[in-house]
Amino acid sequence: MNKDTVMEPNAMQLPSERIVERSDLYSIKSSTVRTPDETPLPTRVKAREVSVFYGAKQALFDVSIDVPERAVTAFIGPSGCGKSTFLRCLNRMNDTIEGCRVTGRIELDGADVYDPQLDVVELRARVGMVFQKPNPFPKSIFENVAYGPRIHGLARNKTELEEIVVGSLKKASLFEEVKDRLHEPGTGLSGGQQQRLCIARAIAVSPEVILMDEPCSALDPIATAKIEELIDELRANYTIVIVTHSMQQAARVSQRTAFFHLGILVEEGPTETIFTGPREKRTQDYITGRFG
Amino acid sequence: MADVISPQPSRETDRSAERLKRIRDGLSSRHAREKRFRAYGLAAIGAALAFVAILFVMILSKGLPAFTQATMTLDVFFDPAIIKVEPKPVPQQGQSPAEFRRATLDWERQVTMVNWNRVVETAIKNAAPDMEVDTRQALSIVETNERFLLRDRFVADPGLLGKTIPVDMLGSANADNWLKGNIDRSLPDAQQQLSAPARALADKLLEEGKMRFAFASHIFTNVDSRSAPASAGLAGAFVGSLYMMLVVIVLAVPIGVASAVYLEEFAPKNRLTDLIEVNINNLAAVPSIVFGLLGAAVFINYFRLPLSAPLVGGLVLTLMTLPTIIIATRSALRAVPPSLRQAALGLGASRTQTVFHHVLPVTFPGILTATIIGVAQALGETAPLLLIGMNAFVAAVPATPLDQSTALPVQIYLWQGNENRNFFEARTSAAIIVLLGLMITLNAIAIFLRTRLERRS
Repeated sequence: MNKDTVMEPNAMQLPSERIVERSDLYSIKSSTVRTPDETPLPTRVKAREVSVFYGAKQALFDVSIDVPERAVTAFIGPSGCGKSTFLRCLNRMNDTIEGCRVTGRIELDGADVYDPQLDVVELRARVGMVFQKPNPFPKSIFENVAYGPRIHGLARNKTELEEIVVGSLKKASLFEEVKDRLHEPGTGLSGGQQQRLCIARAIAVSPEVILMDEPCSALDPIATAKIEELIDELRANYTIVIVTHSMQQAARVSQRTAFFHLGILVEEGPTETIFTGPREKRTQDYITGRFG
Repeated sequence: MADVISPQPSRETDRSAERLKRIRDGLSSRHAREKRFRAYGLAAIGAALAFVAILFVMILSKGLPAFTQATMTLDVFFDPAIIKVEPKPVPQQGQSPAEFRRATLDWERQVTMVNWNRVVETAIKNAAPDMEVDTRQALSIVETNERFLLRDRFVADPGLLGKTIPVDMLGSANADNWLKGNIDRSLPDAQQQLSAPARALADKLLEEGKMRFAFASHIFTNVDSRSAPASAGLAGAFVGSLYMMLVVIVLAVPIGVASAVYLEEFAPKNRLTDLIEVNINNLAAVPSIVFGLLGAAVFINYFRLPLSAPLVGGLVLTLMTLPTIIIATRSALRAVPPSLRQAALGLGASRTQTVFHHVLPVTFPGILTATIIGVAQALGETAPLLLIGMNAFVAAVPATPLDQSTALPVQIYLWQGNENRNFFEARTSAAIIVLLGLMITLNAIAIFLRTRLERRS
């Protein structure tokens, strides 16, 4: 009896504590955010000598990179250069590919991502992902956003769940457009709205890092502009890694840029530097459109 | 100046005219090929439709008349001169239940010993008093088991003694065939099933309206019979088939769907799973009679399960249906776009959650269709059932799946093989209509559920 009364509030409070703690974190740190040129931001994701093999074929060679906190890092490079492969290493989505093998070390806040002890479910709750093609679940808009919090037990009750859903939709600047049809299927939205729904779904779990794999490649310019605007807003609270084919997009949204070519990380640095004065000739050639 | 420039454009125009001409030359043969191909397709569909139409017309034209049978309404006199029995015993003071039971049984034996044929014969003769027929001829137009039905009626109500009541009696199979014209009416006496006076009697009763064609509900309520062919029905076979379908649904669906989900979503891709996949695909192509042999060897010889039991039939059909369900479910799972799985996994859903929350709901209509098609296929299967003894003559409705029984398709096979009914009676076609009706119903349910579920999702 006594035990019950002690146990229950504790168990009930756990998720909300996490939410409160995290939002506190954001509010404090977001006020101190600076452009990367002034002060280097702390590293969130650290990769050292990461190589990826698909069967016998090596797709990525010894990639080492630091991804800073609360900034947008863009991966650019020609098709098949390994940028998406590397992105998918960060939340171990490559695990789902048959015959894929990863060597090297990837750390999230100093902890090895590929540690066999680490639960991949927890990792993916911390490192969210937005895919190339908008892929909402064939369920209602509400259910799409609520799914993540629900499986991770982030909401104590229905009201909290609704708060999370509405908050996420607002953060993804989608709420105004869909507030009257939250219970209509998410697949009925336009492409751009679907992609923002996917972003809302990803941030509903309150991840620390959001990986975006060419999130605008299936969208028209207006929808792309909206997503880019959104990415810029999300930067204040999240660490964002974006793979893009569009160099203009990389230049517009990112603070740091990494250029991949043939599975090798050729050059990485502040976006401005990469676009105005790259060290490597290959980067220069790619940016000026000599190959790609 | 003009001379120098002019050859150039003219060659250009020549070339483009030449190109256009070549394209045009080819066009007619291209169009012809297209038309030819379309004609082949139309011809193929036309031929297929024609065959289906012929099949249905033949079955319906032969089978539908069997749903009505010659029935006569006779005034039956429960003649005390023929029915010489003591009054039905009633419980008496100081009589034990066992004694009362014995007395009742004695009395029922007496009732059975009564010459009920005589009662029937009298009723027939009274219906057509001006016809000269002997006992045999009179009785040959009425179904043989009608006398037992009269007896049962009397046992239930002994007060009928000395009364006259109208009774519906089924005509015999021979009378039915004669009246429907299934037998060539111009054939000489020697080749007719009924004697001339009996035929005349049947004709007269029909003419006078004492004989008519009534809906033969006993096709659905009676069991098979050899001695009373006109009153044979499908009830036993139907219930047998129903039990087998239940066994198939209970066993094949969960096992099939679970194996498909495991193989498709969880199993590592290696030699072993490849081998399993190849084997499942091969099993789907194994002739069904081989499954019957397997069933006979395993379930009957080894596990000593009873012969002719719907349980064993259901197990054999489960084995036969499993590959179909597994393959169809796997292809339904494979058709789910990988982006759906990635979306769920990317959010941190575990593999099981991904499958149960997202993949299975999407594939549910497909799995349901696969299941119903598998069950319908099992329902229509005959060959494997012959090997486990389900082609036995069973004149009872099975009470449990362990009782002896037959199945609808096997009943068709048995009736079709019966020399007495083969040509004259439409019973086989009627059974085929019932089976087809059941199949069409199942498929209609499948389509209905699928469209409903698809609309909902």
